[in-house]
Amino acid sequence: MEEKDKKKESLYVKLIPYFERYGILLLLVIMILVMHILQPDVFLSWRNITNVFKQISWQSMLALGVFMVIVTAGIDLSVGSIMMLSLMVLAIVAKAGAPWFVVILVPLFAGFVCGLINGLGITLLRMPHPFIMTLGTLYIFRGTGNLISGGTPISGFTDEVRYLGHGRIDLTWLGLEKSQYLPVSLVLIAIVYIIFWAFMNHTRTGKWIYAIGGNPNAARASGINVNKILVIVYSLCGFLSGIGALILAGRADSGYPNAGLQSELDAIAACIIGGASFFGGRGTVLGVFAGVMIMGILRNGLNLMDVSSFWQQVLIGSIIVLAVYIDVLRRELGTRK
Amino acid sequence: MSPENNLLLEAKGITKYFGTITALENVDLKIHAGECLGVVGDNGAGKTTLMKVLSGLYKPSSGSLFFEGNEKILESPRDSQNLGLEMVYQDLALAGNLPIGENIFLGREPTKNLGLLKFLDFKKIKELTEEHLGKLKINVKSADQKVEELSGGQRQAVAIARSTAFNAKVVIMDEPTAALAIKEVGKVLDLINSLKKTGVGVIVISHRMDDIFYVCDRVMALFQGTNFAEAELSKTSRDEVIGWIMGKK
Repeated sequence: MEEKDKKKESLYVKLIPYFERYGILLLLVIMILVMHILQPDVFLSWRNITNVFKQISWQSMLALGVFMVIVTAGIDLSVGSIMMLSLMVLAIVAKAGAPWFVVILVPLFAGFVCGLINGLGITLLRMPHPFIMTLGTLYIFRGTGNLISGGTPISGFTDEVRYLGHGRIDLTWLGLEKSQYLPVSLVLIAIVYIIFWAFMNHTRTGKWIYAIGGNPNAARASGINVNKILVIVYSLCGFLSGIGALILAGRADSGYPNAGLQSELDAIAACIIGGASFFGGRGTVLGVFAGVMIMGILRNGLNLMDVSSFWQQVLIGSIIVLAVYIDVLRRELGTRK
Repeated sequence: MSPENNLLLEAKGITKYFGTITALENVDLKIHAGECLGVVGDNGAGKTTLMKVLSGLYKPSSGSLFFEGNEKILESPRDSQNLGLEMVYQDLALAGNLPIGENIFLGREPTKNLGLLKFLDFKKIKELTEEHLGKLKINVKSADQKVEELSGGQRQAVAIARSTAFNAKVVIMDEPTAALAIKEVGKVLDLINSLKKTGVGVIVISHRMDDIFYVCDRVMALFQGTNFAEAELSKTSRDEVIGWIMGKK
């Protein structure tokens, strides 16, 4: 009897890592199936699926940045404002008539500098929690964005600038119809996510980011320069927000004051749904992608079914609570007490 | 071998202030190769502060450290590690979310470099981990097991393995058995004894007289941040050492 229990337990223990790694993908597949059953003609159509990807394009950049920060047991509330400020800088530089390759690089640099400010503030000013520093810069960056633009939209960019957010890769050479194109933003998402997956899982710096989230004292005692790594993480998060600004510039063809308003909360929600733990050290790049997709599909599906956006808010909130409850259960199962 | 020849580490006149608080005053300490020194003292006597000075985590307000006869200034734990001085912390200083192997090599991972990017060499980490754990006769299911899945004794063994993975000469252990179940204490103490045999100097901070008298060759007592008493283990007794902790000679 005891032997049997042990076997059962060990099978259970063996399955946990797989649930931890791929459980969220299972949820994603179930959602896709449910949506397909509810909306068989529309949901899985080429047009609708590319729409979902276009809608999540810039959010997926913010979520990836916030994810790295959450792995260190930190938080970045300023990503939406970083994106807005980067977008405004882009718009101003574009209006000033700068060549397109400068216009493209400027938001990436602006985002990076904003992230650097966050990282240096948290470490040099010894803020008690990243929440406070990034809450401050949430206001500072958006205010700055409005100051430099006068608080009014700046519209009209060249095709080169809009390419990453709005470009289409023609697939007619594959025998597909003209409407069945691949959005450039989708390719960009794939490339960025693969790069950051490799960074987080296969480089030493990525491993140290996980170690800091797991036990900052252990990281420090191992001779890891924790502050330096944190500055790198917040800078990369800002840089990704800058990529988000570039994508949004393409999609919206405009720099506008409300860009990315409250999108930091969507980014955090996607990370949490995707299995990142607020206690740090836990979560995967694949999980974040699934989290972003789940939120995108939920919004898209509810729109298709003409469900009011108020219900969308209630549902997304419920999924966050449910996802974290699953995380709590998982921790209780996986950790020895 | 005369004790002077194999002197590994010597601390002279270490003083450490935290603001207006004097945590250590003029403390001396010596450790030789293959020797185990027990450091005892009441809470707040300055044991942990002294160890953090030795490991480079704190800079002493005054005093100097000599390693194999040469004066060294430690700016960070990395400096002391490079000298072969390792610390096993009371809170174990392991990242529970990482596997055993990655904990053992944390901060010093073998990498394959591609320009500025340093990619982890997972195969090498696993090989080196299994080899090292085997050498210390530490049994775990797999080097890929996460540390949070281990028992307290196994975690302590991993922490000790971690401290000795890079040819350490001196290993400092802060309360190595405090968090352990009784049946696991013996294993960890035996591990310390086998470390001594390999020529490592071990400094053990402990409240437990059983531990001190099982593994140590010499014992020194701190009292209110100063050297209070010191003796070869064979020339003292439990009652005397307990008296020192309370400040009685």
